[in-house]
Amino acid sequence: MSSTAVLRLHGITKRFGTLVANDAVSLDLHAGEVLALLGENGAGKSTLMSILFGHYVADEGSIEVFGAPLPAGNPKAALAAGVGMVHQHFTLADNLSVLDNVMMGTEPLWRPVSRRAAARAKLLEVAQRFGLPVQPDAKIGSLSVGERQRVEILKALYRGARILILDEPTAVLTPQESEALFATLAQMVAQGLSVIFISHKLGEVLRVSQRIAVLRGGKLVAEARTAETTQAQLALWMVGHEVETPQRRPARSVGDAVCVLDHVSTASDKDQGQNRLREVSLTLRAGEITAIAGVSGNGQAALAELLCGTRRATSGTALLMGRALPPSPARLVQRGVARIPEDRHAVGVVGDLPVWENAVSERLRSPVFSRWSWFVRRAAARLHARRIEKAFDVRGAGLMAPARSLSGGNMQKLILGRALLAPEQDEEDPDNRKYPTRAPRLIVAHQPTWGLDIGAVAYVQQQLIAARDAGAAVLVISDDLDEVLALGDRVAVMHGGHLGEARPVAAWTREAIGLAMAGAAAPQQPHAGATP
Amino acid sequence: MMRLERRHQSSRAALVLAPIGAVAFTMAVSALLVLWAGAPVGRTYALLLQGGFGSVFAWSETLTRAIPLILTGLAATVAFKARLFNIGAEGQLFAGALAAVAVGGMHGGSGFELPPWLLFPLMMLAAAAAGALLLLGPALMKNRLGVDEVVTTLLINFVVLLGVSALLDGPMKDPSAMGWPQSVSLQSELELGKLVAQTRVHTGLVWAVSLAVMVWAIFKYTVLGFDIRAVGANARAAAFAGVPVTRTVVMVALLSGALAGLAGAIEVAGRTSYVTLDMSPGYGYTGIVIAMLAGLHPLGVIAAGVFVAGVLVGADTMSRAAGVPTYIADVIVAASLVAVLVATLLTQYRVRMK
Repeated sequence: MSSTAVLRLHGITKRFGTLVANDAVSLDLHAGEVLALLGENGAGKSTLMSILFGHYVADEGSIEVFGAPLPAGNPKAALAAGVGMVHQHFTLADNLSVLDNVMMGTEPLWRPVSRRAAARAKLLEVAQRFGLPVQPDAKIGSLSVGERQRVEILKALYRGARILILDEPTAVLTPQESEALFATLAQMVAQGLSVIFISHKLGEVLRVSQRIAVLRGGKLVAEARTAETTQAQLALWMVGHEVETPQRRPARSVGDAVCVLDHVSTASDKDQGQNRLREVSLTLRAGEITAIAGVSGNGQAALAELLCGTRRATSGTALLMGRALPPSPARLVQRGVARIPEDRHAVGVVGDLPVWENAVSERLRSPVFSRWSWFVRRAAARLHARRIEKAFDVRGAGLMAPARSLSGGNMQKLILGRALLAPEQDEEDPDNRKYPTRAPRLIVAHQPTWGLDIGAVAYVQQQLIAARDAGAAVLVISDDLDEVLALGDRVAVMHGGHLGEARPVAAWTREAIGLAMAGAAAPQQPHAGATP
Repeated sequence: MMRLERRHQSSRAALVLAPIGAVAFTMAVSALLVLWAGAPVGRTYALLLQGGFGSVFAWSETLTRAIPLILTGLAATVAFKARLFNIGAEGQLFAGALAAVAVGGMHGGSGFELPPWLLFPLMMLAAAAAGALLLLGPALMKNRLGVDEVVTTLLINFVVLLGVSALLDGPMKDPSAMGWPQSVSLQSELELGKLVAQTRVHTGLVWAVSLAVMVWAIFKYTVLGFDIRAVGANARAAAFAGVPVTRTVVMVALLSGALAGLAGAIEVAGRTSYVTLDMSPGYGYTGIVIAMLAGLHPLGVIAAGVFVAGVLVGADTMSRAAGVPTYIADVIVAASLVAVLVATLLTQYRVRMK
């Protein structure tokens, strides 16, 4: 089998300080196969691929591509050797055409004229050979996410990639788009290309690959033929122990409406026209989880921001417990709204500030944590931070370390704890007129488990279910269909800024949700002039 | 090929070696220039040190020079901490100096007939307010309209300097100054006392150090300090957590402008007693260097201010005795800034040679 190995990683070890990100990983990729690289976040998948692609230099080990050693730390050499990478976050220029993006960096800077005609012919030829239809002159900004991913793949193929690395490629796709991608991969493999498919989703790994390699804690723990393994076996390899997935339990008793949106619209962003709400109506009831599905970028961010106080409605009425929804994060927190933002690094925490300050940042002005809203009660703040650390099992370098140093899962636990754990009674404000010490009334969670490992996902989901059972109204917005189906008591689908009717989860099928996500089914009751 | 890789954790050795390396680099770069000027390196450095720190007189001159530098350094520190890039401390300093003279000066032979214990705080308040208001506009324009404050604050410096020039030749000109463009003098009761007899060190040093401690305490112990640090580190996350971002930026502008304004008032009250166009050889700009040298730490600003002042004062001695131009001092200050910034970078990243 060594004769067919197109790529050999031999004994790759990479250390960051004391952390061993890759520990003597050896891996072969054969011609004409899809090798799935499976592992939790932080297992070392991305580090390994970054070494292969020359972004990092391995401390030990060597790489061979088509039998020739690959010089370390040189992305150009990797490209020249026929290794192409499609990143999870696209590296395309929105205001340029498909052809421009594909050609970018392939021509010498000092050539006086750009050979566009030749490039166009080559692009169309590649596109036809691999069955990836594309319009060379379309602007990237006008393409859907699936189409952009296609351009990324074409970009790699255009440069003569024989080995394609796809990093979490389905994270941004609808189920139907994912199916189309799998078909494309099959066609590429049939033509002799080799693919490394990085993922942490077990189902699609089983669906798409011929072989599976599992990384855990930087080590290669298992390699298996896909046909000879099972989902349960893979999960065990991935986490090293059995994980209890939260059991679906129906809502016990659904209470009164906590938050009511009635035909709420928001202005559109300048850069992302799709991220807005159009006449959205939604009722969130106590003791119930409402889950919003949808392909990201269809207005979910606007909905989350509206309920987190960082965006205003331009029309319609939004009520929180019978009173107007205040457009201010501080006042929302005062009124018992717990908020978990989508991007924990950029929005959830201030990474440069220590963990303890982040743990109390939402309630720093409450009398519990500051005297006259002016002088910080550092002892009380640290005590509360320690309670969060303990209750939510936040593990890291301690309260004084910058929040940036926390892993994704621990950062999310910190944010959960900050939102859900009420500070203890304060003698100077016994009635807690200003900041409630009771449990939150409304929880807004946007992509609460995005990028977390299985253990942390289960933990976060359990916390949300527990909060629901304690009587909170919970809104979960997620791109992950599994999560929507696992958590939602009621499910609604968002598309193009419109929100469909929230129906009980039992009334949905996976296919129906997929269709609604793609905008196929009318998401709203049809009414006159219902055009975008 | 050379590449930077982010370190997972800064090693202890790097943290110790960085400043030593920075000093060595600065000395080496400056030595080349001294050699070029044809002077012996060792003696020139000795003269520089002696001139800046070698005697009671040298120390007194250094500390006198450090007073406005510490204050403008604090102004930059407060603003930069919140990512409000105030390049206008020079203009704010002059605005403060003019306001101080307007309140506390002799007009037509007599000033406001208020007791000094009342007039002095009024004078300081006026200076702080003048500096603060000058920065408020750019801060609001940045916050509301997205106008780059680096441009606005920098340009306002020139407007202010021209305005000061017009005032010193016009309404605020001292009629007894024999035609020199200078303002009237402060009432003598308002001038700051000397800290050490027979020297120029005045109680402005106490002001500067106290204000540095105050800024440090604000950063560390107050909600405003948290707001400033949070807005500077990540404004989006700060807004999400409920920090009033606009209000924080306004507070920062007022505080930073006030510190620069006080620098002007304290220079007038402690050293010059009247305003001239050359009362500040760019203290506002040097304050930025000092803030960066101090790593935006308010107490570090004191040390950085004294260091820079010592180099600038020592350069005069060096230049006179060794025949080396005083510009070497500016090179030393600039090289030390570059060296410190690079050294800080290297504590966070490692260089890989390939």
